[in-house]
Parts: sequence; structure tokens; C-alpha cells
Amino acid sequence: MVRFILRRLLETIPVLFVIATLTFFGVRLAPGGPFSAEKNVTPEIRRNLEAHYGLNKPLYRQYFDYMGSLLHGDLGPSFKYSNRTVNELIAESFPVSLELGVYALLIALIIGIAAGVAASMRPNSASDYLASSFSMAGICLPTFVLGPLLILLFALRLHFFSAQGWFDPRDRILPAITLGAGYAAYVARLARGGMLDVLSRDFIRTARAKGASETRILFRHALKAGLLPVVSFLGPAAAGLLTGSFVVETIFQAPGLGRFFVTAALNRDYTMVLGTVLFYATLIILFNLVVDIVLVCLDPRLKFE
Amino acid sequence: MIRAAAIFVGCALLAGCGVRQTQVAKADKEQILLIGNGTEPQDLDPQVVTGIPEDNILRALFEGLVSEDPHDLHPIPGTAESWDISPDGKVYTFRLREAKWTNGDAVTADDFVQSYKRILSPALASEYNYMLFPVKNAEAFSKGDIKDFGKVGFRALDDRTLQVTLENPTPYFLSLLNHYSWFAVPVRSIVKFGRLDERGTRWTRPGNMVSNGPFRLKTWKTNSIIVVEKNPYYWDKDRVRLNAIKFFPIDNSSSEERAFRSGQLHVTATVPLPKIDIYKKKPEIFRNDTYLGTYFYRINVTKPFLKQKELRQALSLAIDRESIVTNITRAGEKPATCFTPPGTAGYYAKPVLRTDIPAAKALLAKAGYPDGKGLPPIEILYNNDEGHRVIAEALQEMWHKNLGVDVQLNNQEWKVYLDSQLQLAYQICRAGWIGDYVDPNSFLDMWLTGGGNNETGWSNAEYDRLIAEAGRTTDPAARLGVFGKAESILLDEMPILPIYFYTSKYLLSPSVKGWFPTILNQHPYKFVYLQE
Repeated sequence: MVRFILRRLLETIPVLFVIATLTFFGVRLAPGGPFSAEKNVTPEIRRNLEAHYGLNKPLYRQYFDYMGSLLHGDLGPSFKYSNRTVNELIAESFPVSLELGVYALLIALIIGIAAGVAASMRPNSASDYLASSFSMAGICLPTFVLGPLLILLFALRLHFFSAQGWFDPRDRILPAITLGAGYAAYVARLARGGMLDVLSRDFIRTARAKGASETRILFRHALKAGLLPVVSFLGPAAAGLLTGSFVVETIFQAPGLGRFFVTAALNRDYTMVLGTVLFYATLIILFNLVVDIVLVCLDPRLKFE
Repeated sequence: MIRAAAIFVGCALLAGCGVRQTQVAKADKEQILLIGNGTEPQDLDPQVVTGIPEDNILRALFEGLVSEDPHDLHPIPGTAESWDISPDGKVYTFRLREAKWTNGDAVTADDFVQSYKRILSPALASEYNYMLFPVKNAEAFSKGDIKDFGKVGFRALDDRTLQVTLENPTPYFLSLLNHYSWFAVPVRSIVKFGRLDERGTRWTRPGNMVSNGPFRLKTWKTNSIIVVEKNPYYWDKDRVRLNAIKFFPIDNSSSEERAFRSGQLHVTATVPLPKIDIYKKKPEIFRNDTYLGTYFYRINVTKPFLKQKELRQALSLAIDRESIVTNITRAGEKPATCFTPPGTAGYYAKPVLRTDIPAAKALLAKAGYPDGKGLPPIEILYNNDEGHRVIAEALQEMWHKNLGVDVQLNNQEWKVYLDSQLQLAYQICRAGWIGDYVDPNSFLDMWLTGGGNNETGWSNAEYDRLIAEAGRTTDPAARLGVFGKAESILLDEMPILPIYFYTSKYLLSPSVKGWFPTILNQHPYKFVYLQE
């Protein structure tokens, strides 16, 4: 297992290297630059700005400089937010996205698994249709509709919560529900499918024949295998949830990392784009690794190879 | 189970109906102003930033030589308690009062001189350094043509006397001083965090930042909140009635509007377009103040067929500007009759823009395209934005219906659009211009041949001569007359199609007092207070 993890971690390095290289050159191919604005700067100022950020050097030189500082974990200064570094911006905003993501993930798992398992117990019954319709609605209702709807009801009508901001603990609730709802729906569908598949297997029939109770069959025998699809989905889903959502963070003005993914690209904040992309890529790789380990532990057919 | 749920929901509803105090009501009692401030500021260094959200915060933190009147922003004594102007209008001598920085140090004339040296130094690459160019040799120093700062027109005669020598008499000079590029920065604190002319050092962080305005920086959380609190060292602190101001960088106008509605904000930065009609019915909170800006279209006169003046004039005559402001923008904007907003520092250009379809058709025929025949399709470029799209569509329809001209629309992402505009890779494109200071020069010197913000390829020797002449003219009325002549040339040659004059539209809680409509949408905070 240790060898497996080490090998996977070593494989990460070339992947991140390729991502960094592609992003570095990709973002510079985009028309416009970090210093273009409605009011144009004079050519002298532009030259001075470029000199300050090292953009006057040949591209390959900039690339090697960047890769050099990347090796030391330095993601460089933000071009847009001139008194902050990319490391600082990520360090400040990631905990917000992480917190929001954890709540959303919990909501997704608790509601999703409960609904999915309940639906699979009596397939094609009223309760199944109810759970399935709810999850369908959750998938179809985008966050930019659900978020404002929740605000309208719970903040503007009932005054339970603030309409925006990330200041006291109550401010976490609406964004977490908004972000978690769609994932809960996916989880419910995956759990239902997985459980239905498992419940029709021979070993379940054997268990039933041996006289095991339905509760025991469900929790002791079926659940572990039935939730495998949910676990595989969790890797990318967790990375996505934990690194933040642009839409939800914008609606609720949560100061998370998700907003930087989009604004950094729009601002042509080269270092910030690279920083967020690399950070996200690292997280996805790590989560996939964790998921693979969990899958091997859950599924006896798999081995660390 | 169902009963339990019903009881829970019932209790929740009751709790909701209770008198939960809004944040605005609480802040009214504590004299804390809550401002929706658009976007996260790029920095709080007055010599580095360029945007309006930054401006809103810097005005609380700093004070320049002059301050501004809350009603009409005319210069009133600030850090300088008085000033003399030489008879030729070129030398200003400021007497500083006993003002202090937030660390207790005195604000000296040399602080101003060193600040100006900093903003003009090439290494800082300050984008607004041109605001200082009326000063003798300032431009040459900023470009590195002069290395000796002693030759630039700033002199500290003693600790509390500052002398500024100008290149030419500049009638709007005192109002320039209200721009943040003219504020003094705490040079002795800045050098603790890096070189004086280094961009982006940590001197602007809470705890590090020293300033000299009515407020001082307390908290700054990226994308969340900036808090400034009353500055006990401020010379006029007895006049300041607010205890603090909280700036919320809410970049989504719908989120901001909801925050206002739920009582989280006293003031918003804007109003979402679809909500304007609703708020127009609530004049006690909806504000649409005249603003120093013009929405217009640029025409690329280097394109073969757009070279013809008659064609450009025909396009302008075929625009129904009244219809655009009443049916599309709807927030009290005024249709443009010229380019410089009327009344800018007492200047009124001849209102020549109008709608006249027969005249437009005649001009189009004169240009060689009767009823639009033979004219290749014209492409309008705009940046991705609902508001710009509908106006572009309106022009498309007007030109097609009135002139038979075929128009295609092309939208681009913001930075791509800026690049296309800069490279003259467009035929006609939307644009906007906000004056940097209240003077027609801020609207007219951009059209000089090769000007950085001209971006139309247009050039006219007589126009260039008139703008230069206005810069040398000392008599205020004669000077405005020269600008009038120049603007007539611009509007006859038509490298631009002015559409409307902006308004600043926002929501303002009735508890905010001492807040008046001003043309730059600036509201000196030391005169603002809250009353339930």
C-alpha cells in the first residue's frame, strides 16, 4: 500500500508539470493582458509595469523563472491585487471554500444516501418515485436559481438569515444547502442505482435464504458494495466542492477560492490563474488517490497494483 | 411526525416575524455607515490604484491639500489651510495646517514633495501619474528624460509651506488636487516595507498602514469587508460624526440589491437594470444623479468606407437617442447632444447632435450609398454585457430601418474587446468615458492625434492646435470658447457617436444624511452622518 501511494504521488509530479506548462502558455495566448483597461496606460507606464512583473523578459525566461519559484512553493505576486501574493490569496480564501464545501458535502451525503437507499428498498413504489423526483429536481434546479430562491424566502421574507456575507455561523447555512442540493441529488441517484444492482445479487439472495433480517442485509451486506459508485463520484465531487463554487460564492458573497477561478482569468491575472489551476489540480489528484485507497478497502475484488 | 414538523415550521415562522433588528438599524445607532462598494480593491496605495471602489475607500483614509465641499465638490481647505496663486496663475503656494498622520507624526510639506517624487518615479509605474503633468517638468521626470527631481516644480519652502510651479496656468488645478493621485503618502512608513518606489509592498496592510484622513484602516478581509474607523489624530475630528465605515466588495449587483433589501447596506454601488422600474417608484431610496461621463461609440476612421465623414454623420443622424434612454437604459440618463457633459465646470458645447432621417439619407447618398446600396455590412463590436447588447441591437435596428444599412453585431469578452479596440481591429465599437476631473479638458484632450485613448485613428491638426491653445489660455471664458471650437470640429468630423450622458444610479437608505448628489458621485464622509 505504501509503495502504491508513493508511486501515485511520484506520478503526480509530471502531471502537475504538464498542467503548469500548458496553463502558463495557454493563459498568455489569450488576447488582452493584465494591464489593459478602459483607460489606456501610456506606453512608458506599460513598459514599467511589465518590467516590474518581469513580463519584459523573453517568454521562455519567464517560464523558467516561474517554474523555479514554483519549486520553492512560491506562486508569485498577484498582478491584479498588487499588495498580495497568490499564496496569500489562496491561503485566505481556501479555508472559506473548504468550510462551505465540507458542509455541502455532508448535506449531499446524508440526504443523498438516505434518499437513494430508501428509494432502492422498494423499487418502483411511490416512495421510490418521490425520492427520484426530488433528486431529479435537485439536479435540474441550478444553484443560481436555488440560491436566490432560498434568500428570497429565508432572508428577505422570514429574516432568519442575512442575504449575503460570511460573517457569523448562520451565514454558512444557505450557501451550504444551495451548493449541497445538486450533489445530494447525484448521490441519491448513484446510491439508488448501486443498491439496486447489489440487492439483486446472489450473495444477497443467499443472505435472505439464511434468514438474515432486511436491516442486517441492508447495512451488513448491501450498503458497502452498493455505495461504491458514490465513493468513486466522491473524489472529483469533493475536490470540486472543497475548492469552491464561483456561482454560490458570488450569490452569497462568500470570500472563497471559487470566485478567483473565474475573476483571475477575466483579469488576465496570469499568476493567479496558474496558482488556482495548480492548486485545484493537486487537490483533484489527491482526492482521486484517497478514493482509490478507499475503494480498495471497500471492494475485496480490487488490489493495490 | 407531520405534527412535529408543522410545529417546527410554525415556531420558525413566528421567530421570523419577530422584531429582528436589521444591521442598518443597528449601525444607525452606532454611527457606522455600510457601503456596497462594487469590487475588491486592487490595493489601497493611492499612487498605484485606478478604480472607483478604491477611490471610495481612499477618500476616507486620506486627505489632500484641499478637501471638497459636500454639495458641489468645490475645493475647500484640507491639509492646506490656505493658498496663494501668483498673478500669472503658474505658482501655487500652500500653507499647511498642523495636521498629523495616524501614527502621530506631523504632515510636512516635504511629505508632499517626496510623495510626488514617488508617484512620478518610473519604477512605481503609477497609471495615474499623468494627473501631475500640469506641473513643471513632471512629465519629463516621469519618462526619465530628467533625472534630477530638483528640476520638477515642487518645493518645500519650510515644514509647512509647499510651492508648486506649473507648466501653464491650469484653471482646474485645485480640483485636480482632490484626485487621490495628489494625496500625500506616508513616505517614512512606506520605506519600512521596501523601497519607496516599489509597487505592492505591505505598507497598505491593516496594522502597517498610516494615513492622514478622517478615518484609519482597521480591518481588511479579501472579498469580504474593509473597515475604517474614526481617526483620533485627524485635525478636523470634531466634525466627523461617523464612528466607522464598512465597505463590502459585492461584485454582483443582484446580490447587492438583496443585501440592501434585507437591511445590510445603507448605500449600494449600483442598481440591477431589471429592477430600475421598480425602484423608480420609490424616490425616497432610488438615486439617479447626473454623472460626469458619456456613453458613446468609436468609429474606426482608418477603415476604407468609414473614412467618409458624410457616412459617419449619416449614422449619427439616424440614431434616436431619446428612444434609447427612455426605453433601454431608463435610469434618467440624458440623450447626448454633444460629447462633454453640459455644465462641466461651466462649459456648454453647442448641442448639435439630433435625429434627422431625411438629412441622414441625403448624406448617405452623398457618400455614394443611396439607401445603403453598395455599402458593405457594418460590424458593431461590444463587450459581453446585457446592457451593451440591447443598445447595439437598437442601433442595428435604427440604421437598418432608417438607412437600409446592414449591421452585424460582434461581442467579445472584456479584455479581448479592449485589445481589439486598442489594435483598431473593429469598425464601430461601444465605449464609455468618465472624466478624471471636472473640466472639459478631461473629455477633449483624449482626441489629440495619437492620444492614448483616441483609439479611432482620427487626427485633425486644427483640433490639436485648439486643445494646445486652450492649455495656454488664462482667461477662463476665452478658454472655454476655445474648447467649444474644438468640440465643434470633433462633432462635425464624427469619429465618435455620443449616445447618452451617464447617471450614477444607486440605492440610499433614508437614514443617511449629509449625502448630496455630486457629479463625480463622491460624498466627503466627514460631513455624512446617520439619523434613524
